[in-house]
Amino acid sequence: MNTVAIELKKISKYFGKVIANKDIDLTIYNNEILSVLGENGCGKTTLMNMLSGIYYPDAGQMFMNGQEVVIRSPRDAYSLGIGMVHQHFKLVNVFSAVDNIILGEDVQRFSIKEHGIKALWKNFKAGLLDKNRHKKIQEIADKYGFSIDLNKKVYEMSVSEKQTVEIIKVLYRGANLLILDEPTAVLTPQETEKLFQVLRNMKADGKAIVIITHKLNEVMAISDKVAVLRKGEHIATVETAKTNEKKLTEMMVGKKVSLNIHRGTPKNVKDRLVVNNVSVVNEEGKKVLDDVSFTAKAGEILGIAGIAGSGQRELLEAVAGLQNLDKGEIAYFEPETNNEIDLQKLTPTQIRELGVRLSFVPEDRLGMGLVGNMDIVDNVMLRSYKKGKSVFLDREPPRNLSERIISELEVVTPSTHTPVRRLSGGNVQKILVGREIASAPTVLMAAYPVRGLDINSSYTIYNLLNQQKENGVAVIFVGEDLDVLLELCDRILVVCAGKVTGVVDGRTAQKEQIGLMMTGEIAKEVQNG
Amino acid sequence: MANNAKVREPLIHISKRDTVPLKFSIIVRAIAIVSALLLCALLASFTTKGGFFGFFIELFSGLFGTPRRIWNLLQALAILLGISLAVTPAFKMKFWNIGAEGQTLIAGLACAACMKFLGGTMPEFVLILISLIASVIAGAVWAVIPAIFKAFWNTNETLFTLMMNYVAMNLVRYFVFAWVPNGSAVVGVIPHGHLPALFGQQYLINIISVAFLTAFVYVYLKESKHGYELTVVGESENTARYIGINVKKVVIRTMILSGILCGVVGFLLVAGTAFTINDAIVGGRGFTAILVSWLGKFNPLYMILTALLTVSLQQGANQIATVNRMPGAFADLIVGIVFFFIIACEFFLKYKVKIRTKHAQNDSNVNKEVKA
Amino acid sequence: MGIINFLTASIRFSTVFLFGSTGESLTEKSGNLNLGIPGTMCVGAVFGILGESLYLSACADPTNPNPFLAVFIPLIFSFCGAGLLGLFNSFLTTTLRCNQNVTGLTITTFGVGLTNFLGNYIDRSNFNYASKCFTTVFPFASDLGWFGQLFFSYGILVYLAIVIAILVSWFLNKTRAGLHLRAVGENPATADAAGLSVTKYRYLATSIGSGIAGLGGLFYIMDYLTGAWEYSIDAMGWLAVALVIFSVWRPNVGILGSILFGALYMAPYFLNVNFAQQELVKMIPFIVTIVVLIFTSIRNKKENQPPQALGVSYFREER
Repeated sequence: MNTVAIELKKISKYFGKVIANKDIDLTIYNNEILSVLGENGCGKTTLMNMLSGIYYPDAGQMFMNGQEVVIRSPRDAYSLGIGMVHQHFKLVNVFSAVDNIILGEDVQRFSIKEHGIKALWKNFKAGLLDKNRHKKIQEIADKYGFSIDLNKKVYEMSVSEKQTVEIIKVLYRGANLLILDEPTAVLTPQETEKLFQVLRNMKADGKAIVIITHKLNEVMAISDKVAVLRKGEHIATVETAKTNEKKLTEMMVGKKVSLNIHRGTPKNVKDRLVVNNVSVVNEEGKKVLDDVSFTAKAGEILGIAGIAGSGQRELLEAVAGLQNLDKGEIAYFEPETNNEIDLQKLTPTQIRELGVRLSFVPEDRLGMGLVGNMDIVDNVMLRSYKKGKSVFLDREPPRNLSERIISELEVVTPSTHTPVRRLSGGNVQKILVGREIASAPTVLMAAYPVRGLDINSSYTIYNLLNQQKENGVAVIFVGEDLDVLLELCDRILVVCAGKVTGVVDGRTAQKEQIGLMMTGEIAKEVQNG
Repeated sequence: MANNAKVREPLIHISKRDTVPLKFSIIVRAIAIVSALLLCALLASFTTKGGFFGFFIELFSGLFGTPRRIWNLLQALAILLGISLAVTPAFKMKFWNIGAEGQTLIAGLACAACMKFLGGTMPEFVLILISLIASVIAGAVWAVIPAIFKAFWNTNETLFTLMMNYVAMNLVRYFVFAWVPNGSAVVGVIPHGHLPALFGQQYLINIISVAFLTAFVYVYLKESKHGYELTVVGESENTARYIGINVKKVVIRTMILSGILCGVVGFLLVAGTAFTINDAIVGGRGFTAILVSWLGKFNPLYMILTALLTVSLQQGANQIATVNRMPGAFADLIVGIVFFFIIACEFFLKYKVKIRTKHAQNDSNVNKEVKA
Repeated sequence: MGIINFLTASIRFSTVFLFGSTGESLTEKSGNLNLGIPGTMCVGAVFGILGESLYLSACADPTNPNPFLAVFIPLIFSFCGAGLLGLFNSFLTTTLRCNQNVTGLTITTFGVGLTNFLGNYIDRSNFNYASKCFTTVFPFASDLGWFGQLFFSYGILVYLAIVIAILVSWFLNKTRAGLHLRAVGENPATADAAGLSVTKYRYLATSIGSGIAGLGGLFYIMDYLTGAWEYSIDAMGWLAVALVIFSVWRPNVGILGSILFGALYMAPYFLNVNFAQQELVKMIPFIVTIVVLIFTSIRNKKENQPPQALGVSYFREER
C-alpha cells in the first residue's frame, strides 16, 4: 500500500449560489497516478485549484501526514510540496526556460550575526544569477526524461515545450504532489506519449500525480486510479485495472435527466449550409479543424457536442468569415432561389453584402459579441449601423429594437442607455441573442448560449432557438450539457480534437454513446437525410 | 481553521468600481480641484506679497480684470481646446498620439510658408484658403506616418509620435534660419494672409472656428458612423473583427482626421494669432492637450471645462507671477499641482478602497472568492 | 587635432543623455513608461545647485571648496530630489494606477515649472569655483597629448555615467533582482504568481531610475555649463527618452548611443555649416530613433521590443 500524500475531507466550494464542489472526500497517494475525470463544469479544476492555493475552500479539511494543513496561496502550496500546471501557462515570453524556472525562487539569506561581515559577500553572491544555474535544472530534466533545450526562449517554444517548462518549474520548486490540468489538450499523440513516459518516471520516483482530464483512453493508459466527479460531487474512485471505458462513461454522464424542452418536428427541411472538408490551422501551427464536413439544414437545430476546445469556436468562426481556411469549401444555399453562394474567403462584411443573413452568437459575449462599455442601443446597432448612405448614425431603429428586445425577452435593465457590462449574464445574453435574431437570419449559430445563465434565462434562449427553427432557420447550437443537446437538437454533430467523430439523431442517441464519441473512443457515421 | 486564514489578508482591499453616480464624481473632482487650489494658495502665501487670499484675488483679476484679459483667455482657450479636440478621436480609439505638438507645429510652418512666399501674389482670401489647405495637409501627413506603421507593423505609436514632435521642431528652426539670412532667428510678422478681425476683434474668428470644431468633433464621435467605428475599435478589436470593421483602415482614417484638426489649429495659430512662426509657437500645448482630453473623458463638452480650467490657471498664475515679479514658471507649477490632484482623484472614481475591520473582513473575503 | 576635440566634446556632452537614458531604461524595464523624465532631469539640476549653494554658503572659503564635498553634496541632493519625484510618480502610476502617459507629462510640466521657479532664487555665486571640482579629475591628462585628452580630460560625472550604465546593464542581466525586475515589466501577472511584488519593483526602479536621470541635469549645469544656469534641460530629456529606444533598452548599448547623440549634437559647432543646417543635423538623432523604432517593429525580434507591459498599470483582480 502506498503512503498518503494528502487527504481531503468534506471539501466544499461555492461560487455565489452555484455549488462547485460539495462534500468531497478524496485521498491522493504517493507513487500513484490519479485521474480526475468528469465533464466540463463538473468541478474538477475548482477542486484542484483549492489544493494549489488559487481558491480557498468554504468548508472541509485537508490532512498531510496526519496533520491538518491550510493552503491559502500558491506559496503555501509550494511549501507543502504541491505544484500545479495550469492550462494557461504563466511564463515570460522573452526569458529562457531556465530564467522562467528560477523566477521568484527563494534564495538562502545569510545573517550578519552568524556569518559576520562575510554575510554581505555571501548574500551578494546569492543574488547573482549563477552561470551554472541550468545544471541543477538539467539534472531534474534528465532524471525524469524531459528532452528540452533549457536556453531556448519561451516565445520560440511549441506548446508542449512550454508545458515541459511549467512541469520542470513545479519539480524544481520541490513539489511531491503534481497536478496537471488537461495536460494533453494541447499535445499531439506523440507528445502525449512522451509526457506519459515522464509521468511514469515521476511516479517511479515516489511522486503523487493527479491529472485532470476527460479523455477516457488516456485515463486507461496512464492512471492507476480514477476519481469521477459529476456536478460537483465525487461519485467514486475506482482502480483503473478493475474498470472499463463504458463503466467510466456511465459514471461520468450519469442517468439521463429529463428537462422538458419542447422540440417540434422539423418542417420543410432542406440543405442551407454545406461545409466540405474544412481544415483550419491556428497561429501556433496546430490543426484545430481537420477535414470537417457537415450540413446544416433549414428548419432544424443542429447540435455540436464536444469537449471544450475541440474546434467548435473555429468552426463557427470559419463559417462567419473570421477564420482563414487552410482548405475546404463552405457553400450557402439561398432560401428562395436555392442558388449556391461560396462563403469561403469572404469577410463578414462581404457575406452580409451578398444578402446572406448569417447570425452568430459568439462564446465570448462581452469580448466579441458586445462592447461592455457601450449602452444597449449602441450594442444593438453593432450589426446594422452601416445601413443607409448617410454618414450619420440612425439610432431610431436600434432604439425601437432595443425596447422590443427588452420587453419581449424580459431583459432587466434600468434603461436602454445602460452600459451592457452592468447587466447580469442572462440579460447580456438576451440582448445578444435578441440582436442576432432580429436581422431575420437564415442561419443562426450560437456558441454556448446558456453558459452561466440561470434556469429561466436558459429556457428563454431554448424557446428562441426553437422559434427560429420553426421559422425555417438553420440553427447551429454548440453546447456542453449533453442532456440539453439531446432534448433540443434534431441532429448532433460530435467533434473531437478538430475532427468530426459522427452525426447522431437527437431523438434516438444515447448519452453514453455521445460521451464516447466526444472522447474519440468510437467514431460513428449516422447520416440521416 | 478558516479563521487563521484571514490573518494574512491585507488591511486595505482595493476593488474595481462598477460605475459611479454623476453626483459623486462631480463632488470628488470638485474636492480635488479645491484642495489643489488651497495648496497653491498656501504656497503663494509664502512666496508672494498678496498672501493666501491675494492668490485668489490675483487669479481672478488675471482672468477677468480687463476686457483684454478676457479676450486673451478665450483665445488661449480656443487654441488649447482645438488641439485637445484633435487628439481626442485617436485617444478614443486607444491610439496614444502624443504628437499633436509636432502636427500643429508643422501645419503652422506650412501656413507660414504660404503666407511668406505666396503673399502679395494673389488675393488675400485665396491666400488664406491655400494656407488652410496647406496646413491641413501638413498636419495630416505628420499624423498619418505613425498611423501607417502602427496599423501594419504595430510600431509603438506613443514613442513614434513623440519623436515626430522634435523632428517638426528642428524643421521649423531650420526654416526660420533659412528664411532669415541675418541670423537673428526671428521671422517677424508676415504681412500677408492674416485672418480678418471680426467686429474689431482679432481673435473672434479663432474662437468661432474652435466652437465650430467642438460641435463637429462632438457630432463626429457621437453621431457619425466613423465615430461609432473608432469607438468599437478602441473598446475591443475582437468585436470590430466580429462585425467586419477594417481595423487598419479605421486607425489610419482616424489619425488623418486628428492631423487635419491639428492642421486647422496650426493655421489659426499662425494666420489668426501670431502671424509668424517659431519653434515655440505651440508652446507645449500639444502635450497639455493630452491632459485636457483625458481629464475631459474624451468628451468634447467636458473638454471645454477642462481646457477652461487649464488656461484659467495658466493665465491667472501668470498674473500672480507678474504682479509679484516671479518667474513665469510659477504658472507651470500651479497647473502641475492641480493636475496631480485631478489625476490622483480618478483613482477614487475607478476603485473602491475598503479598510478591513473585523466584520468587513469576512464579508469581503466571500466577495473575492466569488469573483475568482 | 580637430577630430580629437570633436570626439572629446561629444563624449563629454553624451553624459547628459546617458544619465537620462540609463535611468529611463531601468524604469521602463519595470513596465513604467516615465514620460516625466525631462522634468525629472530639470529637478535633478535644480536640487543639485541647491545643494551646491548650501554647501558653498557654509564653506569657509567658497572660492576654494573641498573638491569631494563640492561634488558629493550636490550629487546627493540631485539624486534625492529627482528620486523623490520618481517616488511620487510611482505612487500615482503604481499605487493609484493612474494613466502613465498623463502622469508622466504632468510630471514634466511640474518639474520644468519647479526648476525654472526655484532656479531663479538660488544663489549661484562662486559656482565657477565649484564647477572646477566637477570638471577636473585627472590633472595629468594634458601631459598625455591626444590620448590624455580623449580618455582622461573629463569631469567626474562623465566617468560616473559610464560606470552607472555598465552597472545597470549588469544588474538587469546578471542578478536575480534584475531578472525579477524584467519579469515585472514583461508580464506582471506571472511575476505576481511567482511571488514577486510588482509594486516593490516598480517603486524602486522608478525612484532610482529618476534619481540617476536627475544627475544628467546636474552634469549639464555644473559641468557642461560650468555653473551657469539655463532652462533648456527638458529638450535633452526627450533626447534621453529617444536614446532608450535607440539602445533597445540596454544601458550598455546606450553608452555608444549617447556618444553618437552627443556627436550629432556637437557636430554643428565643429562642421562648417550655417545655423540652418545645424538644425538639420540636430534633427538626426530623432530620425535615427524613428528608424530604429520602425526597424525593430518590422523585424519583430522579441528581445528588441519594448517591455510587454510598458505603460500598463497592474491590478491583480483584473486577471
